Amino acid sequence: MRRPRGPIFLERRSYRQRRLRDAARFLPILGAGLWMVPLLFALDGVSSSTSSVMLYVFGVWVLLAGLSALLSLGLDPQPGPGDESAPSDERAD
Amino acid sequence: MGIFNVLIVVCLGYVALLFIVAFMAERAAARGQSSWLRSPFIYTLSLSIYCTAWTFYGAVGYAARSGLEYLTIYLGPTLVVVGWWWMLRKLVRIGRSQRITSVADLISSRYGKSNTLAVFATLVAVIGTTPYIALQLQSVTLSFSSFAGVEATVPPFGDRNAMAFWVAGGLAFFTILFGTRNLDANERHHGVVMAIALEAVVKLVALIAVGIFVIWGLAGGIEATLAKIDASPIGTFTPSAGRWAGLTFLSAAAFLTLPRMFQVMVVENEDERHLRTASWAFPTYLMLMSLFVVPIAVVGLELMPAGANPDLFVLTLPLSQGREGLAMLSFIGGFSSATSMVIVAAIALSTMVSNHIVMPIWLWLKEDGGTVVSGDVRGIVLLSRRVSIAGVLALGYLYYRISGGGAALAAIGLISFAGLAQVLPAMVGGMFWRGATRAGAMSGLAVGFFLWLFCLLLPSFGEGVVLSAETFQNGLGGLAWLRPQALFGITGMDPLVHAVMWSMSLNTLLFIFVSLLTFPSPLERLQGAQFVNVFQHSGATQGWSGGVAQSEDLMVMAQRILGGPEAQSFFQAEATRQGLAGFLPEPIPDFLQRLERKLSGSVGSATAHAMVAQTMGRATVSVDDLLRVADETAQMMEYQSQLETKSEELARTARQLRAANEKLTQLSVQKDAFLSQISHELRTPMTSIRAFSEILRDTDGLQQDALRKYAGIIHTEAIRLTRLLDDLLDLSVLENGQVNLNQRDGVLSTVIDHAVAATGAGAGRMRIRRTALTEAVPIHTDLDRLAQVFINLIANAQKYCDAERPELTITVQNRGASVVVDFIDNGSGVPREAQALIFEKFARVSEQKAGGAGLGLAICREIMARLSGSITYLPGQGGAAFRVTLRTIRTNAAK
Repeated sequence: MRRPRGPIFLERRSYRQRRLRDAARFLPILGAGLWMVPLLFALDGVSSSTSSVMLYVFGVWVLLAGLSALLSLGLDPQPGPGDESAPSDERAD
Repeated sequence: MGIFNVLIVVCLGYVALLFIVAFMAERAAARGQSSWLRSPFIYTLSLSIYCTAWTFYGAVGYAARSGLEYLTIYLGPTLVVVGWWWMLRKLVRIGRSQRITSVADLISSRYGKSNTLAVFATLVAVIGTTPYIALQLQSVTLSFSSFAGVEATVPPFGDRNAMAFWVAGGLAFFTILFGTRNLDANERHHGVVMAIALEAVVKLVALIAVGIFVIWGLAGGIEATLAKIDASPIGTFTPSAGRWAGLTFLSAAAFLTLPRMFQVMVVENEDERHLRTASWAFPTYLMLMSLFVVPIAVVGLELMPAGANPDLFVLTLPLSQGREGLAMLSFIGGFSSATSMVIVAAIALSTMVSNHIVMPIWLWLKEDGGTVVSGDVRGIVLLSRRVSIAGVLALGYLYYRISGGGAALAAIGLISFAGLAQVLPAMVGGMFWRGATRAGAMSGLAVGFFLWLFCLLLPSFGEGVVLSAETFQNGLGGLAWLRPQALFGITGMDPLVHAVMWSMSLNTLLFIFVSLLTFPSPLERLQGAQFVNVFQHSGATQGWSGGVAQSEDLMVMAQRILGGPEAQSFFQAEATRQGLAGFLPEPIPDFLQRLERKLSGSVGSATAHAMVAQTMGRATVSVDDLLRVADETAQMMEYQSQLETKSEELARTARQLRAANEKLTQLSVQKDAFLSQISHELRTPMTSIRAFSEILRDTDGLQQDALRKYAGIIHTEAIRLTRLLDDLLDLSVLENGQVNLNQRDGVLSTVIDHAVAATGAGAGRMRIRRTALTEAVPIHTDLDRLAQVFINLIANAQKYCDAERPELTITVQNRGASVVVDFIDNGSGVPREAQALIFEKFARVSEQKAGGAGLGLAICREIMARLSGSITYLPGQGGAAFRVTLRTIRTNAAK
C-alpha cells in the first residue's frame, strides 16, 4: 500500500514547520556533542579546573533549554495528515 | 520540646498537607473543574519524580567523591526531553492510543500481547526498583537520625528500623488511598500527580535555599565559591571518558524505562502538547537541581569533620551552622524527594504486578467461574493492586533491613538504572522497527538481565556474599573468561561501564539478530504496524473537552442501540442525577461507565467500550478491543445461524407435516371413493344375479332356452364378480407388499409371445407389429407377473383402440441398465385430462366401453413397482402409448 505523496513544494508556513521539526530533532544531537567536549580536554592530559568545566556544562544546559523554549513556541506538535515523513519501508509490509 | 519533636510535628504537618492537596485535586477532578490540574507545568513538575532522595542527598555525596561526574545522571534525561520530537512524542502517543498502563504493558502489547514478556519485564522492574525504594527509606531514616544526633535524648540507632517501617507503612497508606481510587482505563491519578508536583516545588526550593546559604552565607559569594571549588580535592576535572559517556547514555535510557518515569510521563499525561512545555521547563528544572551541588559538596568537605557522610551534607551543613530552620526545610525537601518517588514507583509497580502477575493467576484459578463480569473483576483488580502496593513497599523495607543500609547511595541508584535499562532495546526497537519480534525481545531482555545480574547486581553485594571471591578471581566455574568484572577477558574497565557495555550491547545484538531470524505472529505484526506508524493510525488526541457536544453524539448512538424512548429516559435520569435539566448529562466517567454497562447489555461489553471510547474520541480502538468485538460478533452470528437453521428445520417439518396431512386427506377421500366404487361395482352384477335368480325361483313354466339364458346370465355375472374380487385381492396383496415374487431368468420375447397368445390378439382382427431382433433381451424377473402386465396392456389396446384397422406396435429398446418396452396403438389415445388418472383404481376412460372393473392399470402399476420398474403413459405417439421400463442390471450381474 502506497500513500500518495504530499506536494513537492510546501507553503511558506508548512515549510517553516518542517524546518522547525528538523531543528527539534537536531537539538539533542547538538547537546550530546557539546557535552562530550569536556572529554577532549582530558585526552591531552591537560587538566582543566572543575569550575570552568562546570560553567561550560551549565552554559550548554542553559543554551539547550533556551533553544528548546524558542522551538516549542513555534512548533505545532500535532502535524496535519500527510505531514509526517515516514520512510516508505515502514508501510511496505 | 527539642528540635527533634518539632521536626516530627513539621513532618506530620507536611504529610497532612500532602493528603489535603491530593484530596482536593481528586475532588476537583471528579467535579470536572480540573483545568488547572491539566497545566503543562504540573506535568513538568511531576516529571521531577526523576530527582529522588538520591539526587537530593546523593548528588552532593557523589560530587564530593568524584567531582562533576554526577552531572551525567542529569545530562542524559535532559537530552531525551530536549529531543522529545524523536522519542517522547511517539511514546506518549502510543501510550495514549493503545491505553498502555506500564512499561511491561507497552512491551507486551507491542509483541502481540505476550504475557510471558510482560511478566519478565515486570520482574525486571521489581528487581530493579526494590533496592531503589530501600534507598529512599534509608535516606529518610538517615536524615532523621542526623537530626536525632543533635539531641542526646533520642537513641541514634535503635529506632531506625521502626522508623523505616512506619515510613513505609505511611507511604503504603497514602499510595493505596490515592493511587487505587479509580480504575480509569488511562490510569490517571490527579491527587497523586498534584501531590508530587507540590513535592517537586518543595525539593527544588529546599535545595536552592541550601545552595544560596552555602554560596552567600558560608563561602562568601560566587567568585569565592569558584575559587574554593578549584582549591578543593575535586578541583581538577579528570573524567573517565567511558564513564562520562556511558553514564549519560545510561541515565537517558533509564529515564525512558524507569517504571515511575513511564507512569508520570506517559500514563499520567493529559495532553501531548504538555511535552512542548516540558521540553524546556524540565531541563531547566534539572539544571537548577544540579546547580548548587558542587558548591555544597566543596563547602561541606571544607567545613565538616573528616568522617562526615558527604551524602548528608545538604542536611548536616546547615545543622552544623546552627541554621535549624533551613535544615528543617532541607529535611522536608529530602523527605519530599523520597516519598514522591516511592509513591509513584509503588503505583507503577503495583499496576504491573497486578495486571501481569496477580490477575492472570487469579483468572486462571477462577477459570471454572466462566466469563469475565466487569463489575466482579473491578473489585478484584482494586484489591490486587492494593495488595501489590503493600507488597512492593514491604519488599523495599525488607531489602532495607537485609542490606542494613550500608552501601553508598549513588551505587545502588546506578545499579538499579542499569537493570531497568535492559528493557530499552525491546522498547525502542518495538517503536521504530516493524521487524522486531517477540522472540527477539525475549532473548535480548533475558541475556541483558542475566548479564546485569552476574556483572553488576551480584558483585555489588561484595566478594563472598553471593559470588565467592574465587569467582571474582578466576571466573564462574573456573572459566577465566567468565569473570564478573572482566567478561571475555577484557580487563581494566570500570565495573559499571563494563557491565552496562556488555549487557546492553549483547542485549541489543541478540534482539536484532533473533528478530531477523524469527517470524512474528499476525497479532504481533498488526501491533507492530500500530506502534511504528502510530502517527498515521491515530488522530490527534485531546483532553476531556467539549462536554455537551459529545453527550449528544453519545445520545445519538445510544438511541440507535437502545431505541429512542429508553435512551432518552436513561439520559434524562443521568442528567437529573448530575443536577442538570434536559437530556444531556456531562460525560463524566461515572455516567460513561453506566452507559457502557447499559449498552453492553445489547451489544456486548467490548463493543460497548469501543463505541463509547470512539464517540468520546479518547483513544483509538486497540487490536485487543477489535478481537473481542470480533469474538462477540462471531458468537452472535453463530447464535443467529443456529436460530436460522432451527427455523429452517421447523419450516421444513411444517411443510412435511402439511404434505402428510394433505396426503392423508386425499387417502381418506380416495378410500371413500374406493369404497363407494367397489360397492357400486359389486352391486351391479349382484343386482342382476338376484333379479334373475328371483325370476328363476318365482316364475313357473319357463321355457327351456329362457331358463338356460337366465342361468347363463347369472353364471356370467358370477364369473365377473369373481374376477373383480380376484383383482381386488390381487391389488391389495400387491399394495401391501405381501406378494412373493418368483424371480427367474428368461428372455423378453418369450414373455411378449406368451402375452400375445393369451389375449388371442395375434389371431384377432388387430395387427401386432413387433421386431423380433430387439426383443431378444435376457431378463431376470418374475416372468408371470410381467406377462400379466403385458396381457393387460394388449387387452386394453384390443378393447379401446377405435381405429378402422387397429394396430399395436410393440417396440423394445435396450438402454443398458434398463430395457424399455413401448405399447403403442393407432387409436385416438387417452384424452389429456384422463392421462393422470388412468393408473388409479376404478378409473375408466369411457363408460360405454366398460369391460373391466378399472383395476387393470392400477394392478400393472403396482406390479411394475414391485419389479423395480415402472409403467407410464407416453403422450404424443399418435395413439395410446404405454411405456414399461424394466431394470436389467441384476440380469447382467447374474450373468
